[in-house]
Amino acid sequence: MQGNDACAEGAIAAGCRFFAGYPITPSSEVAEQMARKLPKVGGTFIQMEDEIASMAAIIGGAWTGVRSMTATSGPGFSLMMENIGYAAFTETPCVIINIQRGGPSTGQPTMAAQGDMLQARFGSHGDYSVIALAPSTVQELFDLTVKGFNLADRFRVPAFLMSDEIIGHLRERVEFPDEVECIPPKPIREGMLPFEPEDDLVPGFTPFGKGHRVHVTGLTHNEKGYPASTDPDLHEKLVMRLVEKVERARHEIADYDIVNPDAEIVFISYGAPTRAVRQAFLDAPEKSYGHLNLRIVWPFPEDLLKKFKNARVFLVPEMNLGQIAREIQRHVDQPVIPIPRLGGELHIPAYLLKCAEEQE
Amino acid sequence: MSVEDWYRVDRLPHIFCAGCGNGTIINCTLEAVESLGWKIDETIFVSGIGCSSRAPGYISTDSLHTTHGRALPFATGVKMAKPNFNVVVFTGDGDLSAIGGNHFIHACRRNIDITVICMNNQIYGMTGGQGSPCTPKGALSTTTPYGMDENPFDLCELATAAGANYVARWTSYHVKELNQAITFGLQKPGLSFIEVLVQCPTNYGRRNKLRDVQSMISAMKDHALLKEKRDRLLAEGKPIPDGMFVVGTLTDRNRPALGVKQ
Ligand SMILES: Cc1ncc(C[n+]2csc(CCOP(=O)(O)OP(=O)(O)O)c2C)c(N)n1
Repeated sequence: MQGNDACAEGAIAAGCRFFAGYPITPSSEVAEQMARKLPKVGGTFIQMEDEIASMAAIIGGAWTGVRSMTATSGPGFSLMMENIGYAAFTETPCVIINIQRGGPSTGQPTMAAQGDMLQARFGSHGDYSVIALAPSTVQELFDLTVKGFNLADRFRVPAFLMSDEIIGHLRERVEFPDEVECIPPKPIREGMLPFEPEDDLVPGFTPFGKGHRVHVTGLTHNEKGYPASTDPDLHEKLVMRLVEKVERARHEIADYDIVNPDAEIVFISYGAPTRAVRQAFLDAPEKSYGHLNLRIVWPFPEDLLKKFKNARVFLVPEMNLGQIAREIQRHVDQPVIPIPRLGGELHIPAYLLKCAEEQE
Repeated sequence: MSVEDWYRVDRLPHIFCAGCGNGTIINCTLEAVESLGWKIDETIFVSGIGCSSRAPGYISTDSLHTTHGRALPFATGVKMAKPNFNVVVFTGDGDLSAIGGNHFIHACRRNIDITVICMNNQIYGMTGGQGSPCTPKGALSTTTPYGMDENPFDLCELATAAGANYVARWTSYHVKELNQAITFGLQKPGLSFIEVLVQCPTNYGRRNKLRDVQSMISAMKDHALLKEKRDRLLAEGKPIPDGMFVVGTLTDRNRPALGVKQ
């Protein structure tokens, strides 16, 4: 099965019943598959007039209590940014699939890239936090889509599936579980206000039509949800909470594989380049380099870096100019060497081995 | 139940300037939903950004105050995901026809079953009186200091051409007619578009020789031409007097609609 189809299957299995999107290569198969499948399971598909509208529509859908999703690629992702900030600020659970292609601008519509990793984290104005997942197999595109919905609901944030053209268009065997675990957002507790945080800093959810009579606004708001945009302390407290609710869970929700934790030379990767690293390791069984593969990139699980006690150097192959390498360097004293690859093709395993050998 | 139940009393006082027409329109709308016996918990008010878009914040239903220009796609998401909700959008002329223009024509094309009430003050109120796509030719604003030199939109013609089932225009002077139009529009399947010309004494009147609220309202009353009268003039081959705008029910048809309650 193709990656993009597996993503749609994952969404349906996770109970997604509303999809709004706008066609764009290389993500369109997700929308096409949702258009075919949703009516059969009592859900709704709508093709909007652009990606601004798509993002708006899924936020509207999410507030009716229906799991909602959109899918796009670079240019559409850029258009979604204002409403992504709105989703973060109003604590709207929703899932955004980004099948990344080469940018900037229209760039390389049919070629892969990982150039939107920082945009996913910081692309909308103001401070906030989000969750970003990165699959490196077609199976993971299914599994992480399900997981994305659960995390979006649990933390009430937009969750991003930061995949790419390689995985989106790859065909691999996928095993569908008989049943997937769907954990809905925790409901609001009696006596609590709609934006009053619980101990985990996440307020209980108050979808429309249940008598909560909630006012949802992108203005700075108090715990009732009412605008309070000129109170400096309230604004600071709110923004800090929105960042903190995600950041402090970063180790608990971290999802990763570690190979050779005692290694001195360690690769760190996510998404498609993980495949090149794994192939390099198969090609050179005599080497014992380390590898950290991240399935959740944001919030960045910085403590995992400490598991490599003997690490002298971290090598970071990415299909961008070192976006996550820069994040890693913030957390370690050892040198972090980006191995960028632009143009749409994956790193060549032999080249990765050469980069590592240079460090021996 | 009474109209008061539809207000978030704990949010008052509101932010509208003295003499602003928006309160009249909100009240007309809430009287209409109340008279229809709509339920607060089945009704969702959605808006974009602007003075007019602050309306849902004063209404006691679940409400979505969104981003500038995007009320209609947010409302489309609500309605498509749960068609059983009654969805009403409040918007301003800038919100709807400048930044939100594309969403406006597509919502009308889809003829989605929501009611859109545009408070057209012919100016950007919230940001301090800049020109909008509905600022009349020659009018002064902070960004048209020598007079607006672009042509304005006729929002009702736009909605009709794009496919809305019901289109009407009134002013904040025509409270009774407006209430009837909204009541009709709320019940009508498909997209109902009601444009209401409202006075903005602070940002429009002050700069355009309409200093007090009374003279703004009188100007709207004096320049409103009933559609029936306009049609008669046209039929008789007589000219439409200069500076007049048409009020009344401009479109009422039954095209297939999207998102209608089952
Ligand atoms: C993307 C974006 N651009 C600009 C603004 C600033 N802005 C806020 S309200 C507004 C115009 C409001 O005018 P209108 O829609 O006519 O509503 P009114 O305030 O007159 O009721 C603008 C330009 C914004 N909030 N967001």
